[in-house]
Amino acid sequence: MSIHELMFYLFSGMILLFSVLTVTSRRILRAATYLLFVLISTAGIYFMLNYQFLAAVQLTLYAGGIVVLIIFSILLTSHITHKFEPIGIKKMVFTIVAVAAGAILTITTVLNYGFNTVVASSQNPDMQLIGGSLLGYGRDGYALPFEVISVLLLAAIFGSIVIAKKEKSK
Amino acid sequence: MLSQIPLSYFLVVSTLMFFIGIYGFLTRKNLITILMAIELILNSVNINFVAFNRYLYPDQLQGHFFSLFIIAVAAAEAAVAIAIIISVYRQYFNIDVERVDTMKY
Repeated sequence: MSIHELMFYLFSGMILLFSVLTVTSRRILRAATYLLFVLISTAGIYFMLNYQFLAAVQLTLYAGGIVVLIIFSILLTSHITHKFEPIGIKKMVFTIVAVAAGAILTITTVLNYGFNTVVASSQNPDMQLIGGSLLGYGRDGYALPFEVISVLLLAAIFGSIVIAKKEKSK
Repeated sequence: MLSQIPLSYFLVVSTLMFFIGIYGFLTRKNLITILMAIELILNSVNINFVAFNRYLYPDQLQGHFFSLFIIAVAAAEAAVAIAIIISVYRQYFNIDVERVDTMKY
């Protein structure tokens, strides 16, 4: 077994284990911590696929930004010692059946489909290429979605400030 | 090298992660845990995009940039969702989806 395979099995095992713990843990702060581990292992998979920039973005934005935001909101809205009630057995069984059916269907389809995989070159996109493509407006340029995303982020900032603002007491 | 791992392994991992996220989305009652399940789902889709990009079109970067934009959209979505959750908490003093049903009927 080569080091690549070993890394892949390690990361995917961590992803699956901690995803299950994220959705089943009965303490909310622990669930958030498990989510952090899932996101970090995903960044490891990106590193393995040789996309360093994407992995760095995943670490800083997801693991550093969103998880901290979620933990802050947990601290603002719930008691740390609070434990969720266990789910009803009927609901759990029905959900597991539905989810397992979907997963089995998708996995059999994926395994039976023949992908034309190209021999993956190990070159990684450098910063110059990424920046040029993000702001390019010719072929292989992403200037329009880049601008749309920036307007969306601005709208999200304004929207969340307005929504979360304290209303004036009458 | 990377070619020792077939593409379908990545797809199986991301499929399982997606459906674990669906399970959390359907069974959780707290709004923040539902948000965490949505983050799992978005993350699994990202793995798909990146793996397809690396294995099928390694000389282009479409999947890479799609993942970047998905991460940006996920950040915006989390910010707005948490603002809404905090606003709901101010009104009702809890964030259980089953008890916040004033607008339902």
